[in-house]
Amino acid sequence: MITVIQLVYLASATCFVVGLHLMNSPATAGRGNLVSAAGMGAGVLATVLLIIRSGMITTTGWAVLLAGIAVGSVAGLLSARTVRMTAMPQLVSLFNAVGGGAAALVAVGDVLRGTGAGAPVALDVAIGAVTFTGSLVAAGKLQGLVPAQPVVLTGARAINLALVLVMVVGGVSLAVFGPNPLVTTVVGVAALAFGVTMVMPIGGADMPVVISLLNAFTGTAVAMAGFVIHNDMLIIAGALVGASGTILTKLMATAMNRSLASIVIGGFGTGDDSGPLTAEPTARVREVAADDAAIQLAYADRIVVVPGYGLAAAQAQHEVRELAEVLENRGVTVSYAIHPVAGRMPGHMNVLLAEANVPYSQLRDMEEANPDFARTDVVLVVGANDVTNPAARRPGTPVSGMPILDVDRAKSVIVIKRSMGHGYAGIDNELYTNPKTGMFFADAKAGLASLTAAVKTLA
Amino acid sequence: MLADLSVFVLSLLIGFEVISKVPVTLHTPLMSAANSIHGIIVVGAMVLAASVDTPLGYVLAFLAAAFAAANVVGGYVVTGRMLKMFRSRR
Repeated sequence: MITVIQLVYLASATCFVVGLHLMNSPATAGRGNLVSAAGMGAGVLATVLLIIRSGMITTTGWAVLLAGIAVGSVAGLLSARTVRMTAMPQLVSLFNAVGGGAAALVAVGDVLRGTGAGAPVALDVAIGAVTFTGSLVAAGKLQGLVPAQPVVLTGARAINLALVLVMVVGGVSLAVFGPNPLVTTVVGVAALAFGVTMVMPIGGADMPVVISLLNAFTGTAVAMAGFVIHNDMLIIAGALVGASGTILTKLMATAMNRSLASIVIGGFGTGDDSGPLTAEPTARVREVAADDAAIQLAYADRIVVVPGYGLAAAQAQHEVRELAEVLENRGVTVSYAIHPVAGRMPGHMNVLLAEANVPYSQLRDMEEANPDFARTDVVLVVGANDVTNPAARRPGTPVSGMPILDVDRAKSVIVIKRSMGHGYAGIDNELYTNPKTGMFFADAKAGLASLTAAVKTLA
Repeated sequence: MLADLSVFVLSLLIGFEVISKVPVTLHTPLMSAANSIHGIIVVGAMVLAASVDTPLGYVLAFLAAAFAAANVVGGYVVTGRMLKMFRSRR
């Protein structure tokens, strides 16, 4: 019987790997999700058999378990059904929080029984608890419940150092002397506090990195829970998530031109390390009206749209798709160039455009899009700023070295923007003063709608 | 313990290999799918519930089960919802 259960666990783990593998193409990704869910279902059923067979569970235990699962399932289902796609980062953060929290609780429960090895318990409780509060703060920042600006407390570094010290000393003592409820509680409380003090100083613009990092943490905490209760399926699943989170963290940090250490230490956007603000007076920009911009777009062969977070914030995904459709009906080729950090989590902009019915075949990532800009007639930049700044190619600016979309290599550029305001890097965008750039000052949603209307009036 | 560690390291390597092939377009659904997978901690919550017999233990088991179930159900439903939006032609 135990062998059968172990085999089902192995099958579940295989389903998770195959499910993730099928995510390598939009055409098979839906099937991947089903395969993964089937693995989950099989794993849960096998565990039901396992606990019935062990005969240890009390009637109250069953009641508590079923009640917990029922409450959690309803909450999960409702939030998953109703969440808006712009709010996905918050939801993913909340799922990170509950996953990490559950992993920590499993280790605490194990300590109360007086079983288990100390080192995995320490790691599970510490990582799980940090993830729990850290993800809640991150979700709060994304939702606007917690200030998105970096919040730096006085003496924050000393507090963080003290908390880390408590976790390390407690963890080592657990590993050496075995599980102890009091020490476990101390480590857990320190980790809960550290989760808050770690994420509070991180600015809203760095959230894609933070979410990815907390995702990696959750995976690791779940793998540690697998060590605690000796379950290989948990170890495998946790390691897969840990790997995924680590890869995404690295990609996001590279795309933002920031080292992970500098993000976690915090202070971005506070202006103290953004270098001397530009000394020369802002050069003149060329302004275009909706009619002129519409003519430029309507008579082009090839157009690339560069959407940024400003487009999502204005909920203008549907307007941009309408404009693209009108242009395509005139025979213009339209595609979208998407920078890795266009949005509040990895790949966020792709989901927002997919929601607006943009076919994924038109979505280009940075590596695909950059070589094509030189052959593009008009680039339409909507709500993107720093990721198009050519200043990133020379040294000595706050954005230097950041991978950018080579928008300035196109034949002409139209930028829809509300004002000449700065992006997160706090510097002027040299693209705007380029002679081939026309600035169309408008709100993303209204601006796109007026362009669409203007194109429609052309014969 | 050593066998568990081997499983952990090898799974990490498989994870890196499989996930580095996922295109940027699907990174949000990928993260959401990974999120659902760590909901497997529900198994830990079940094992915990089967072994406790004190009020404190029951509270821990209830919270762990509720957290993990929200993670599993919400994770798979929202991933499915997102992936349905990705279409090749309108």
